[in-house]
Amino acid sequence: MTKKKKRRLIFRTVVLTVLVATTIFVLYINAKSDDPLLAQGDQAPNFVLERMLSDETIELEELKGKGVMINFWATYCEPCKKEMPHMEELYAEYEEKGIEIVAVSVDKNSMVIEDFYNRLNLSFPLVHDKNGTVMDRYQVVPLPTSYFINPDGTIERVVKGPLTLEKLEGYFKEILPED
Amino acid sequence: MMKKVKCECGHINHEGTVLCEACGKPIEGNQHIDGNDQNKLLNMRYDGSARRSQTYKRTFIDKTWAFFSSVKVGVWLIALALIASAIGTIYPQYMNANTPIPANQYYEQEYGITGQIFYQLGFHELYSSWWFIILIALIGISLVICSIDRVVPLHRALKNQKPKRHEIFVKRQRFFAETENVNQSERKTLIENLKKRRYKITEQDGHIMAEKNRFSRWGPYVNHIGLIIILLAAILRMFPFMYDEGYVWVREGETREVPTTNGEYYIENEKFVYETWDRHDDRFQEALKNEEFDVPSNFQTNAVVYKAKEEVVTGQLPEMEEVKRHEIRLNEPLNVDSYKIYQSGTQLRSEYGRITLSVNNEDGSSLGSFGFLPNNNKREYELNDGYIAYIDSYYPELEFTEEGPSSSSKHPRNPGFVFEVHNPNGDVEGRYFYLGEQIIPLSDDSVYNVDVEDTELITATGLLVQKDHSLIYFLIGAMIFMVGVAQGLYWHHRRVWIHPKEDGSLLIAGHTNKNWYGLKEDIRQAMSDTSLNLVKDQQEKL
Repeated sequence: MTKKKKRRLIFRTVVLTVLVATTIFVLYINAKSDDPLLAQGDQAPNFVLERMLSDETIELEELKGKGVMINFWATYCEPCKKEMPHMEELYAEYEEKGIEIVAVSVDKNSMVIEDFYNRLNLSFPLVHDKNGTVMDRYQVVPLPTSYFINPDGTIERVVKGPLTLEKLEGYFKEILPED
Repeated sequence: MMKKVKCECGHINHEGTVLCEACGKPIEGNQHIDGNDQNKLLNMRYDGSARRSQTYKRTFIDKTWAFFSSVKVGVWLIALALIASAIGTIYPQYMNANTPIPANQYYEQEYGITGQIFYQLGFHELYSSWWFIILIALIGISLVICSIDRVVPLHRALKNQKPKRHEIFVKRQRFFAETENVNQSERKTLIENLKKRRYKITEQDGHIMAEKNRFSRWGPYVNHIGLIIILLAAILRMFPFMYDEGYVWVREGETREVPTTNGEYYIENEKFVYETWDRHDDRFQEALKNEEFDVPSNFQTNAVVYKAKEEVVTGQLPEMEEVKRHEIRLNEPLNVDSYKIYQSGTQLRSEYGRITLSVNNEDGSSLGSFGFLPNNNKREYELNDGYIAYIDSYYPELEFTEEGPSSSSKHPRNPGFVFEVHNPNGDVEGRYFYLGEQIIPLSDDSVYNVDVEDTELITATGLLVQKDHSLIYFLIGAMIFMVGVAQGLYWHHRRVWIHPKEDGSLLIAGHTNKNWYGLKEDIRQAMSDTSLNLVKDQQEKL
């Protein structure tokens, strides 16, 4: 009799455990599906894009060892255009310290990018993501979105929205190479 | 210690048994459980078997088990899920709101304080809010435990039942009749007739039980299994390898990566076909006479799917080969691999694909024409005699801001561009601004007359990409569910007991779980050649 009772308790415990574990598992999966695929600490996905107004290509992998800011922008995005001069201003100083800026334009027609770039006389590398694949990979939702990548290739910070000069400089310091 | 209850027939019942499993005699002290002490008739729920949960509560596990075992709890959980789902429809779900505003601002801005509450409680994404998932999980748990707790004792009670029932059991059935001085042949006729009606006859000491369609009793449990499979399928659907979905806009002439395929497939929109029913057509007058516009009859993407032949680093286009060509229409998706690509959106002729301008000399002779391609990076277009048209600046969706002309998007919905006519020596011989399908000369010395010859509009097609390996499990679950429903609804468990008494009279009782009229007809027809008294519905007397 007691044996039977014990067996019943074990059976109930097992069934309840399985059901509760399944519930917790589902809640976990559900919570995880809301998280962005790319977050701080993740490896920044590699990409190759042609550098505009030149014959070179830019591959993220090859920039390892440098702190990299990837700035997703477009000519039809007003706040993007406003932060460009800040980037230019700091680029002059931080390029020597080992910071690289890659401005990824998600425009469709490269003429509009060229015109804008020439008008502002920007010196940091500009690439054109004409198929939108890099933008998709980096899950860029609002423009501008900036990724700050450590010299080891991991993501230090994701900034959605425009940046001020002070903030930008602060973020550059976070990803500055050691020496 | 669990107490066993021995019945006077000798059968040993579990604690909490209401009616002896073997002979059906009400077990003293337990009649309150099913309310038999209040009524003349016996409550035959679960055949009076012991639902352990109702009697045995000690450890935390047992208490939890008992909680979920309650049908009342189950019904409440279902009611709560129903109410929550209803509340979730008050405002649109965020995914259907089609707004660029983030959810945390959208509901407050749009609907005020109630919208804010709606958002904060997670009703805006109801199906993925944690408490709704828990609610559904609790229903699942209740389903499993309720089923286990009922199917086991019911199965045992039906397996252990004996043809020989206690007189009290027989007399307190809803259908009951007593006939005195019944001879053997009449009894035999009754049994034979019941056999003809596909009753299974079992006998014990002259006592007879005729039973049919017992499997109907398992219907609810079979359909619960179906529901549990559906819940498991819903869990599987949360994994991208089972289910994935993406959406992509593809302009005519454009090739885009198929979302969710990780760069394996690319899709080209070769041409978009839009067709309508002509509302002036005599044949359609009856239906379309009140229509202001022609009614669309077809949205179709002539699509080509390419497969990447190599893996490339993101940003580069791989070498591709064509793998599929299909006219995607409503309900006619393109199938490639395990992906289905559905027609699901259109921006009909909303963008300029080509703007053809003709350049003429003052005397009217032609200097040629050129077709500006807004989505092309080409800056120089050839005219006659070595003249070229040079695109100086381009604005896909032209608007004027404080800083002058600018664009509000990358799509050529309202293209504007500034161009110059260069002579073969490279000298600028005129500067023009194309906007709103008109040409405005920008310099006084513009010597040419430029006219808009033609414009070509293109359509963007919205394609829904879906991969779903979970559907089959939903189908299996739904089919099992339907089998269970049919089993329980279209067949009825019927039992007739024939109880001879020593004085030569015969007690006849009947029980069914539904359709009492059918049981009465069965018994009436089985008794047709006899002088036996037809069973009376004792409930009617109450």
